[in-house]
Amino acid sequence: MRNVAVIGVGQSKFARRPDASIREIAFEAFKEAVEDAQITREEIQASLVCSATHYDKQRTPAGIIAEYLGLNPQPTFNVEAVCASSGVGVRIGWSFINSGLHDIVAVVGFQKMTELSSAEVQEVMGRSGDVMWESPFGTTMPAYFALYAQSHMQKHGTTQEQMAKVAVKNHFYATKNPKAMFQEEITIEDVLKSRIIASPLKRYDCCANSDGAACLILASEDVAAKIADKPVWVAGLGLASSPMTLTGRDTSYDSFDCTVEAAKQAYRMAGVGPDDVDLAEVHDCFTITEILNYEDLGFCERGQGGKLVEEEQTYLGGKIPVNIDGGLLAKGHPVGATGASQIRTLVKQLRGEAGATQVEEAKVGLAHNLGGIGMYCAVTILKT
Amino acid sequence: MGFARFGKISYVSETKLQDFEKSLEAGKIMGTKCKKCGRLYFPPRVDCGCMKGEIEWVELGGDCRLKTFTTLHFAPASFRYEAPYTLGVAQFEEGPTVLAPLSKEIREDEIKIGMSLRLVPVELMGGRMIYELRLPESR
Ligand SMILES: CC(C)(COP(=O)(O)OP(=O)(O)OC[C@H]1O[C@@H](n2cnc3c(N)ncnc32)[C@H](O)[C@@H]1OP(=O)(O)O)[C@@H](O)C(=O)NCCC(=O)NCCS
Ligand SMILES: [Zn+2]
Repeated sequence: MRNVAVIGVGQSKFARRPDASIREIAFEAFKEAVEDAQITREEIQASLVCSATHYDKQRTPAGIIAEYLGLNPQPTFNVEAVCASSGVGVRIGWSFINSGLHDIVAVVGFQKMTELSSAEVQEVMGRSGDVMWESPFGTTMPAYFALYAQSHMQKHGTTQEQMAKVAVKNHFYATKNPKAMFQEEITIEDVLKSRIIASPLKRYDCCANSDGAACLILASEDVAAKIADKPVWVAGLGLASSPMTLTGRDTSYDSFDCTVEAAKQAYRMAGVGPDDVDLAEVHDCFTITEILNYEDLGFCERGQGGKLVEEEQTYLGGKIPVNIDGGLLAKGHPVGATGASQIRTLVKQLRGEAGATQVEEAKVGLAHNLGGIGMYCAVTILKT
Repeated sequence: MGFARFGKISYVSETKLQDFEKSLEAGKIMGTKCKKCGRLYFPPRVDCGCMKGEIEWVELGGDCRLKTFTTLHFAPASFRYEAPYTLGVAQFEEGPTVLAPLSKEIREDEIKIGMSLRLVPVELMGGRMIYELRLPESR
């Protein structure tokens, strides 16, 4: 086995970005990652350009982005797994290097969503459900996750206040992350009083549409040993899928099977369990999703996720800090960039460069990146 | 003809399941069943997962129980005049599940997970065909 390290990370500001096009946003993240890795662009042997391509007027965006970043004639192509695009990109990059095909690979995740209105975005996203049997009734992403929320509340007694606490936590940590979209703390009251989007989810239970990019430079063991001061190792990878339709799934609607499966694979490969994880970045597209993720990743028993956040066990200093960079809810969720941004946060933490939110002695980090309605899941475990 | 009239809006018009729309018009909710392994499908499909089967149409009674639901106040662009509306997942007595709108006749505070409902074909203005979940006593 050829080990693979993350030797460089970069991220643009996540926000509404009327000031920039996709290539320019991607460049911001790429430049930062290349400088961080202390390599030259010519050393990059392949690029993986990750996004949910249906937001762009530009067909096959890898073409223009690789050109703008100066990555021709090296191989490049698009990786699409909706919100899990760059989490999947990391797996492909790992395979490129592990197989001996390439030594240095750039994973570039990006998305520009806010050129469309929120209603147009939900029209696009509603079509991430089955277009024959579900989208014709007006489904949206918030609605799909709301169906899980309603069921989890009924089965496990999870409360709206507990869900609100997830938003409060993530908005709190976003104020410590200058690259995050939202920079103001909110209260449980603010969440409960915000307008209903899809019951029981309210506006602050939802991530916002956002623009941004994140970039990772992956390298082989030999390269990393030569040039990286603090390489962070990709120790475990898991990737799994669940049926796209809700009618094709287990009818309890309180867990994402693909998370459970991907986590099992990643824990096994890394030789660790949930108790060994020092901090996690999980896919909190909605508050309820973070609660389900705690349970699916084994951070607590099934049904105890609401309690875990209520007791502040996922705050810095708790049992397992989760999304202490603001998460999707408050850092922003430019879908194709999210997986790479999660790993950027973990790399900074494992290097000890996380500043105000540094987890002491962080050695093992877990990133959980969910695609669509809990349809694809990539789990990546990093170690120092 | 075909499948283009199914749903409030439709994204797919061509399928081997064209008879589904005709059955809806005749007031029937049809699933499919594998003659080989006996598996019942709703939504219907023409190919059984056992890969050996031959599929036949079977009528479902329509009686079901609500597994989960949500009321949307924020709709996709082409549904903006519909909101608020409620979508639910219900499980038929025969086993399979369906994702469908709940009738606007059901008050939001009446909706409870586990309640009995009935899936009923409905013709909308303009000739579009859908099904919706209603209280069992209203047909
Ligand atoms: C919740 C939602 C429908 C609200 O959209 P909207 O009502 O059109 O909101 P607008 O875009 O008009 O924004 C109005 C204001 O609310 C803010 N806002 C919007 N959504 C927000 C959210 N989810 N959280 C916090 N603030 C939000 C905006 O920043 C804006 O603030 P400003 O007035 O200070 O500029 C939209 O954010 C949404 O669709 N979120 C879900 C995205 C999604 O499904 N992602 C994929 C998940 S897998
Ligand atoms: Zn069969």
